[in-house]
Amino acid sequence: MVGERGVGASSSARTADGALAPAARLLPSLAAVYRAQLSRARVARIPLLFVATFQSVGIMVLMRGVVDRGSSEAQSVVAGSAVLVVAFVALNLLAQYFGQLRAAGGLDHYATLPVPPASVVLGAAGAYASFTVPGTLVTGVVGCVMFDLPLGHLWVLAAVIPLAGAALSGLGAALGLLAPRPELATLLGQLGMSAALLLGVLPADRMPEVVRFARDLLPSTYGVEAFARTFGHHPNWPDVLLDLGVCGAVGVASLAVATWAYRRAAVR
Amino acid sequence: MSGPRTPSRTPYPVPSFLVSTRTSEAGPAQDTGTVVCAVRGLTKTYPAARGRRGAPSAPAVRATDDVRLDIRRGEIFGLLGPNGAGKSTLVRQLTGLLRPDAGTVEILGHDIVRHPDRAARLLAYLGQESTALDELTVSLAAETTGRLRGLPLKDARAERDAVIEELGLGPIAARPLKKISGGQRRLACFAAALVGERPLLVLDEPTTGMDPVARRAVWAAVDRRRAERGTTVLLVTHNVIEAETVLDRVAVVDRGRVIACDTPAGLKQQVASEVRVELVWREAAPTGLAEVDALREHAVEAGRRWSLRLAPDEARTAVATLTGGPAFDHLDDFSLATPSLEDVYLALGGSRSDVKGLVKA
Repeated sequence: MVGERGVGASSSARTADGALAPAARLLPSLAAVYRAQLSRARVARIPLLFVATFQSVGIMVLMRGVVDRGSSEAQSVVAGSAVLVVAFVALNLLAQYFGQLRAAGGLDHYATLPVPPASVVLGAAGAYASFTVPGTLVTGVVGCVMFDLPLGHLWVLAAVIPLAGAALSGLGAALGLLAPRPELATLLGQLGMSAALLLGVLPADRMPEVVRFARDLLPSTYGVEAFARTFGHHPNWPDVLLDLGVCGAVGVASLAVATWAYRRAAVR
Repeated sequence: MSGPRTPSRTPYPVPSFLVSTRTSEAGPAQDTGTVVCAVRGLTKTYPAARGRRGAPSAPAVRATDDVRLDIRRGEIFGLLGPNGAGKSTLVRQLTGLLRPDAGTVEILGHDIVRHPDRAARLLAYLGQESTALDELTVSLAAETTGRLRGLPLKDARAERDAVIEELGLGPIAARPLKKISGGQRRLACFAAALVGERPLLVLDEPTTGMDPVARRAVWAAVDRRRAERGTTVLLVTHNVIEAETVLDRVAVVDRGRVIACDTPAGLKQQVASEVRVELVWREAAPTGLAEVDALREHAVEAGRRWSLRLAPDEARTAVATLTGGPAFDHLDDFSLATPSLEDVYLALGGSRSDVKGLVKA
C-alpha cells in the first residue's frame, strides 16, 4: 500500500516508462545565459561599472605625479589600470555573484534544468567580461591622452579584454563556487583584485624578486604586458602574441576548473 | 463588551480561491495504477556539525527516514508537515539535487539516484529560492528558463507569452523580479517552471505570499495541464487548508518520516470520532480555575488561542463548564469543529510543539 512501509510483496520500484525530454545544447543555452546575465547589468551592475572605471582613472591621476609622460613606466601604468577594470568586474564581482548564488540556493534553479554546466559558467563569465568593455576602453583612451601614449594600437584591447576576461572571470567563478561561505568568496575576489592592482599597475623593474614571482603567477599580468608592449613605436608582436597566448591558456584552464566547481556545487 | 460569539459548525470557512477548479470529480487519479514516481527506503542523514566559536555543535539529523511513496499519473500528491519536518530535503532528493544515503527513486522508469542529471529532463522544479532569476524581468526569466529546458528560441518565446497570458502576468512582464511583490515574484517563478512542458511538476510551497487571485491562477493552470496532458504534481505544503482542498492524496511528514498517506478525507476519517474545540481568551487564560487547568493538559497553546481535540461528549462537557462558570468572563470566542488534517497530524503522533508550524490560511 502506498506510503506505508514494509507492506506489499514487491519492494522494487516500477514506474511507467517516460521519454527523456531533450537536453539543452551547449551553444543555445550559453547564449541564453549570456543574454540573461547581460540584462542584469541594467538592474544591478551599472553603478559598479562606473566605480570600476573611476577607480582606474583615479589611479592614473595619482600616478601622473610620479611617472614621466611617455616613459615605459607610463606604459605599464596605463595598461595596468585598463586591465584592472577587467579584474574588478570579472574576478571580484563574478566571485561575489557565484558565492552569493551558491549560498542562497540559487544554483538549484540551474541544476534542475537540463543545461550543460559549461553554458552556465561560460555564459556568466562572458557576460561579466563584456561588462568590462566600456570601462577598459575609457581607461585606455584617458590614459593614453594623460601620458602622451599613442592611441594607434588600442585595437589590441579587442584581444586583451576577452582573453584576460576569460582568465580572470574563470578564476573569479572558481573562487566563488569553491569558497565554503559567501563572505569568503567576496574576500578572495577582493584580494585577487588588490593583487591585480598592485602587481599590474606598479612598474615591475623595482619590485623585489618574490613579488615579481607572484606577479608572474597572476594571469592579469600577461594581459597588462601584452597591452603595454603595443605602446612602443615598433611593438614586438610575437611577444604580444605570446602574452595573449598565456592569457588564453590560463583562461581555458580556469574556466574548466570553474565548470568542475559548478558541477560540484550544484549537486550536494 | 460582548459575550462569546455563536459557536461555528464549520471547521474553517474555506475561501473560494482555495476550492479547486477541477472539472472532473471522478476520482483522485485519472489513470490509477500508473506510477510516475516511486520511492523506496529513502534515507538521508545530515552529519553532526562541529560547533564554531559561540555556537553549540549540532547532532546528526536524520532528515529523511526510510521513506516509501508511490505517486500516480495525473494526481496532485502532497507532502504536508510543519516547517523543518524534512519535506524539502525529501523533494531535493527526488529532483536529483541531493544524493540520498540509501534507497531508490524511480521517475518514469529512470533511476534518479544513479542518474541525477535525468531528473531535469523528466520534471520541472519550483524551489523556494528565486535568487537566480531575481534581477531578470518576468518575461526574460520565463524565456531563459524555457531555453535552458531545451526549447528552441521561437518555442520558448511562444510558451513564455502563453504562460504570461494564462497567469495574468502581462502588466508586470517587463519588470524585474526584484522590484515586484513577494507573491508576484512567486507567480513569476511558477510561470518559469511551466515553460518547457514536463510530465511531472514538483512545486515547493508554490503559493507562499500569494493573494487569492494568484492562488486561483496557479491551481487553474495546474488543473488545465492535468486535464489536457495528464501532468502529475508533487506539492510541498505546510498549509492545512491548501492540502485539504487541492490535494488528491497527501503524505503527512514528521521528522523525516511519512507517518500517513491517504486522501485528505481518508485521513480525516481516522480522527472522525473527535471534535476540535478552539478557545480564544480575552487576555491571558484564567489558569487559576480548576476547569481551565484541567483542559490545559490537552491544549495546544498559541498566545491567547487554545486548541483541543476531545471526544464529542468531553467537548460538550468542557464547553458547558466553561460557559456556565467564572471562566466565561475571560473567554473572547470559542468554536467546535470537525477535525482537520492538523488534528490528523497530532493524532498520528506529530509533535505538539511542531504543529504550530502548520498554517491554516
